[in-house]
This record gives sequence, C-alpha cells and structure tokens, in this order.
Amino acid sequence: MIPAPFAYARPSTIEEALQAIADGGEDVKVLAGGQSLIPVMRLRLAAPETLVDLTRVAELRGVREDGDMLVIGAMTTHADVLTDPLLAQYGQLIVQATETVADRQVRRRGTFGGALAHADPAGDLPAVALALDAEFVLAGPGGRRTVPAAEFFVDYLTTALEEGELLVEIRVPKLGEGWGVRYEKFNRVVQAWSIVAVAAAVRREGGRIAEARIGLTNMGPTPLRASATEAALVGVDVSLETVTAAAAQAAEGTSPSNDLNAQADYRQHLAQVLTRRAVAAAAGL
Amino acid sequence: MTQINVRVDGASYTDDVEPRTLLVHYLREQLGKVGTVVGCDTSNCGACTVHLDGQAVKSCTVFAVQADGCQVTTIEGVATGEGESATLHPVQRAFHEMHGLQCGFCTPGMIMASIDLLKENPDPSDEEVREGIEGNLCRCTGYQNIVRAVRQAAAEMSGKAADDPQAEPAAVDTAAADHVAAQA
Repeated sequence: MIPAPFAYARPSTIEEALQAIADGGEDVKVLAGGQSLIPVMRLRLAAPETLVDLTRVAELRGVREDGDMLVIGAMTTHADVLTDPLLAQYGQLIVQATETVADRQVRRRGTFGGALAHADPAGDLPAVALALDAEFVLAGPGGRRTVPAAEFFVDYLTTALEEGELLVEIRVPKLGEGWGVRYEKFNRVVQAWSIVAVAAAVRREGGRIAEARIGLTNMGPTPLRASATEAALVGVDVSLETVTAAAAQAAEGTSPSNDLNAQADYRQHLAQVLTRRAVAAAAGL
Repeated sequence: MTQINVRVDGASYTDDVEPRTLLVHYLREQLGKVGTVVGCDTSNCGACTVHLDGQAVKSCTVFAVQADGCQVTTIEGVATGEGESATLHPVQRAFHEMHGLQCGFCTPGMIMASIDLLKENPDPSDEEVREGIEGNLCRCTGYQNIVRAVRQAAAEMSGKAADDPQAEPAAVDTAAADHVAAQA
C-alpha cells in the first residue's frame, strides 16, 4: 500500500526543522526513523500534509555525558544505542530493553526519541524512561523546555509535545556502582510487541535494597510505575521471599486493556510474575 | 516530484520520485530491480530487505527520497560478474547448497539480512543466527536449513577472508543506467 501524498521537508539543523514544522500547514508529522509512522501512513491511518524528516539532522544523534546524567539525542537509533560505550557503562536498562525492540532491520532505522514520542503503551522504551525519571528536552518556536517523564506520557499515543515542538534530547541519570537492572519482556513471538514487560533498576546497599525503580509496559494507556512494589522494597533484606511479596503489589493501580493477545486479569498476573523476575535479577538473586 | 541521486548495485541513478514512493517500489518499478520483493507490506516479514549505506533495512519502510545521496545494495548486486560467469555471493551459494529455501520468496531478504549479520558477527552460533534474522519470516522451511546455510557461509567467508566477494558490488559508473519505467 502506498501512503497518501504529502509535502516533504528534509532539514539539516534543529532550527531548520522547527521552521519546517512551523511552515508545514495544519497537519505536520515529524519523521524520525519511520518504523511506526511509515506503516501507519501506508495503512492511511495517518495522512499528514507535511512530513519533516529528521534523518539528516546530525545534532540530534548521539550520546554524551553531562555530570551525573547521560544525554541521548532523539535521533540516536536503536542500533546506535546497542553499540554506545556510555550506555554500555551507565545505561544497561536502556540497552536491555532496546535489544528486545523489533528486529535488526527496524533497529537500524528506528530511534530512541521516535519511540518515546510515539508513546505506544506496548513500546519498550517509554516504561524504561519512566522508571529512570528521564527528562525530555523539547524545542519549540519560543525556546526549550524540560518535561519530566511522569508528565511526558499523557495518554494513549499522546505526549506533552505541543504543536510546533520537537523532542530534542532525553536526559537520564547514570546508573553506576551498586545498581542492578533487568528488562523482562513477555511476548508471543520474537519481534512482537510486549504483552507486558517490566523495567527494573535496584540499588543495593549491602544485603538491603536502598532504592527501586520499576516501570510497567502495556499495563494501561501510558507506561506506569509500580509504586507500591517500589515502596515495599525499600529497606528490605534481599531475598526471594521479600521480592516476591513486594512484586505481588505490582499490578496495583494499573488498568490494562483486553485484546487479542491477553485479557486484563492475565496482564495483571503477568505484571506480578515479571516484576518478581525483573527485581530478583536486578537485585542479583 | 523530488529529484534523488542514488547508487544502486554500483550504478548511479538520478530520478524524480514522489516523496511518498517507498524505496522498494522505486527499486522494483523504476529501476526494474525485481529481485527485491514485497512480502507483507507491514514491516514484519523482511522479504524486502536491502542494504542502505551498508546496513540492512526494510525497503517497504523507507521512502525513496530518504535514500538520496546513499548507496543501496539489493540481492541483484551481491554476486560478482555477469551472466554465465557470475560468482554467487557465499551466502547465496550456501542457501543453494544447504537447501535454505523452498518457495524462495523470503530468500532475497534472508540473504541480505544474513550478510548484514555476518559483517557484524562473522562466526555466529545457531542461536545468534536465529536472533540475527528474527526480522525475516519464512513460511516454508522452518528455518533449520536457513540457519545451516548462514553458518556454512560464515565458515566459508572466514576461511578465505582475503578474496571474499563482499556485499558491495563492483562499481559500474553509468550515470544513465537502464530504467524500466519511463520518466514522467
């Protein structure tokens, strides 16, 4: 199938991109890696008037350090993520989740920022960004603003990005010494979307859990934190019993959908099981 | 219409395309590169896999305008030489020898994905081959012989790495190479 006609702009700087978005008319779509947008356009579920292709905006691609933070350019591809030395050292949770995204070819084109801006609740990276309390840097005609992950994901396929704005970079804390991470994903076949997945990062101090961050994929219209489990884990001695008890609360406050892959109650069951596995692995059990 | 300059299987082309034209349709319908097939048309099956600047991509999920200034290699460009004297790429040969296909529809994409995998990992295990081609679906063989083929090709390619006919075809600099479709 062939998409409906559109005007095409290929800026090479962020400035030019914002201008192209401003000049693009009523219905402008930003094309990052295109691995979700192009299929949607082929099905004519989207027929934008103008497409602004960011592929040649070099300043949007790459990973750098900024003190205790990593700054990931929105157009950094999934394949870039998997080979980046800074992410290998401080961003293993992102790396693990990215490894499970689609397949080799899609990871060559698909981007970190594109996946987050698309905000599919079954996508793997939104829950990771939420668990890490990532900060989203948005550029617009009036300058830049920073939105925390908890406010970025607004609803199903809907983010805090306003018309005319562009996601430029994502800032995540470096997870170094003491942190363990695990992304546990359950899907029916490889390259399929998550039925449910859990992103866990746990900081241990001796035999105890000092801090736990848990993000849930596909347990509602947006990614969610397993807040009750996080709270229950702080200060406990690390053991399979304590982790299992805390993970039993993982589905609290979630509202997963019923669809062809799974019913809501099954998803809530999965959330508990996967949280137990993810936290146990992250805590080194 | 937008003008693009691309190099496909070693030949240079300058063409006008609609921005909405998918790379796979440009390759097949304007350049006649029908070796690259459209399978699912939903970015799942990988049958349309080509290399864009050396990296495997699904050409049904890239616009032709995005290939402007780039080098594209299709299944038609991986063998060396022409006609009777052509030498198949080791991965092509291995698919033939190991019966890595039945109907053959997925094969162009399988081979392009496998070449990409072997560039990154010249000696993959069975498991790594299966993961490496997870973006390519075969509905006939059950993958068993495909995995064998990729591993045989890996062994052959590492055995004679010096004169390995790489995925990049020999350069043929014909600015006005043959087209099947007349330009609008």
